[in-house]
Amino acid sequence: MIRKKSLSAPYLVWMVLFIAAPLAIVVYYALTDKSGNFTLENLMTIGRYSSVFARSLILAAIATVICLVLSFPVSYFLSRLRASKQKIMLMLVMLPMWMNFLLRTYAWMSLLENNGIINRLLGLIGLGPFQMINTSGAVVLGMVYNFLPYMILPLYTAMTKIDDSIIEAAQDLGAGTIKTLLRVLLPLSAPGIATGITMVFVPSVSTFIISRMLGGGANLLIGDLIELQFLGNSYNYNLGSAMSLVLMVIVLLCMSFTNGFDDEDMEGVV
Amino acid sequence: MNKIVSLKNIVVGFDDEPVLNGLSLDIHDKEFVTFLGPSGCGKTTTLRVIGGFVQPKSGNVFFNGQDITNFPPYKREVNTVFQKYALFPHLNVYENVAFGLRLKKMDEREIRSRVSEMLEVVGLKGFERRSTTNLSGGQQQRVAIARGLVNHPKVLLLDEPLGALDLKLRKEMQLELKRLQQAMDITFIYVTHDQEEALTMSDTIVIMKDGNIQQIGGPIDIYNEPENAFVASFIGESNIIDGIMLRDFSVEFAGNAFTCVDKGFAHNELVQVVIRPEDIQVVPAIRGQLTGVVKDVIFKGVHYEMHVEQAGYEWIIHSTQASEPGELIGMCIGPDEIHIMRRSEG
Repeated sequence: MIRKKSLSAPYLVWMVLFIAAPLAIVVYYALTDKSGNFTLENLMTIGRYSSVFARSLILAAIATVICLVLSFPVSYFLSRLRASKQKIMLMLVMLPMWMNFLLRTYAWMSLLENNGIINRLLGLIGLGPFQMINTSGAVVLGMVYNFLPYMILPLYTAMTKIDDSIIEAAQDLGAGTIKTLLRVLLPLSAPGIATGITMVFVPSVSTFIISRMLGGGANLLIGDLIELQFLGNSYNYNLGSAMSLVLMVIVLLCMSFTNGFDDEDMEGVV
Repeated sequence: MNKIVSLKNIVVGFDDEPVLNGLSLDIHDKEFVTFLGPSGCGKTTTLRVIGGFVQPKSGNVFFNGQDITNFPPYKREVNTVFQKYALFPHLNVYENVAFGLRLKKMDEREIRSRVSEMLEVVGLKGFERRSTTNLSGGQQQRVAIARGLVNHPKVLLLDEPLGALDLKLRKEMQLELKRLQQAMDITFIYVTHDQEEALTMSDTIVIMKDGNIQQIGGPIDIYNEPENAFVASFIGESNIIDGIMLRDFSVEFAGNAFTCVDKGFAHNELVQVVIRPEDIQVVPAIRGQLTGVVKDVIFKGVHYEMHVEQAGYEWIIHSTQASEPGELIGMCIGPDEIHIMRRSEG
């Protein structure tokens, strides 16, 4: 036992140095003012930015739902393919992830611009131009595009464990397509859905690159706000730390919600 | 008897490989019917055609006289017990059994009474709240059977349901399935590759090979009067030798003429003769119709299995008395024990 425990020592050191210690520092700054005195003012000030928090949560939630709706059929289709084909198709799903994140987002910028490729093509058939860049829609699009594979993969993994005969059993007992989906497929995919939601929602709610590049100044998100406190003109790392802390609590709450759902529904599955 | 399921010229192929070649079959109501054959013979595919999981390329499926060829599985009045049970892992025993009834929007009280009645029938009373994943193979099997039967289907399809159980449990379940079928008074269509299982449970056995039906009949008929060499060798052990039908009631094989009970063959028609190992009587060499040398003797529990060489042919004999290896023995075969089949290819 002791020997097995000692194997985790390197990670333990890592955790203390790079996770626990920075977290403590964040908490310290969040609860102090510039001269180092204890204060709750940073946390109180955040109320002023509640609209930004709300926008972040809403846009991230919309992106997560879109990812889920898009991924569910794709993942099911993938999980029913023959093993050899599954590998190729999974590669295709992952392919965009091999390209640099910034590059991908830049590509969307030039696509969505007022005189970008899409508007010019639409112009050829006499439509537009449409305002696409610098809208909240563009931000959601960027989130969905970048984080979609993180939804597909866990869903696919959960679904490969569902044997064809279980689907057939549901049909045999009188369930049509919708009933099979609701009563069998959905509950059995729940662990994948929970993981997928966490893996899409968390990076979406804290992103700042996507909102900056595709959303313009009007679609500021929490991530941008925090960045401004450390690198921007406002430069107030006490407030920035407080914001990070609040964001962390929100994410934690969201995760415990999805995990709770997961435990309840999947009791006795493993 | 009433025909409950009829298959007419069913053709099924996967990836251009034929699986069923124009199969036709009538299944009577309230019978225990077994599809028996080696793996790849098309028995499971036939079952899946009836269940609606395989769409035939051509041909029709009739249920109670109605053409249901294009009906999806959920519209068919049959239920299936799957090979690997296919229980819903997210539901407990009670909810698994209640699944079909809930889809029918049945009244909750009715559901409760029918589920508990069915759990009692399969011997799982008190297991309602248990998770299906903690049950033994035999218990899971019972849940699967209860889940099908609780819907009161006219036909229950069973796809090698006992394959994963150990021998003792399998034998128990065989008897129990037969009892259930009689108690529920419905049709069971059962798929297996185990000939003993088929003989134990069935009213009718359908023997299949390469997507074709070889013989349909009751267990006794099929055992005693196999129609061809394949059926004879698949159902139990057999001595199959070439012979010539001399005239009615007389056949020549192994260099000797024997009296038999078969007639209606052409004069000197080439035939195959089937003799079951337990039907050969061992006698002293001078009194035998045939004589042979014992090559080896194997103890099989109830009987001894002997391999006896006679004029280049190796006979299998089952006898309760052992002979010595190397001993010269005589063999006698009564007229009733000789089964004549028309010569089949292969």
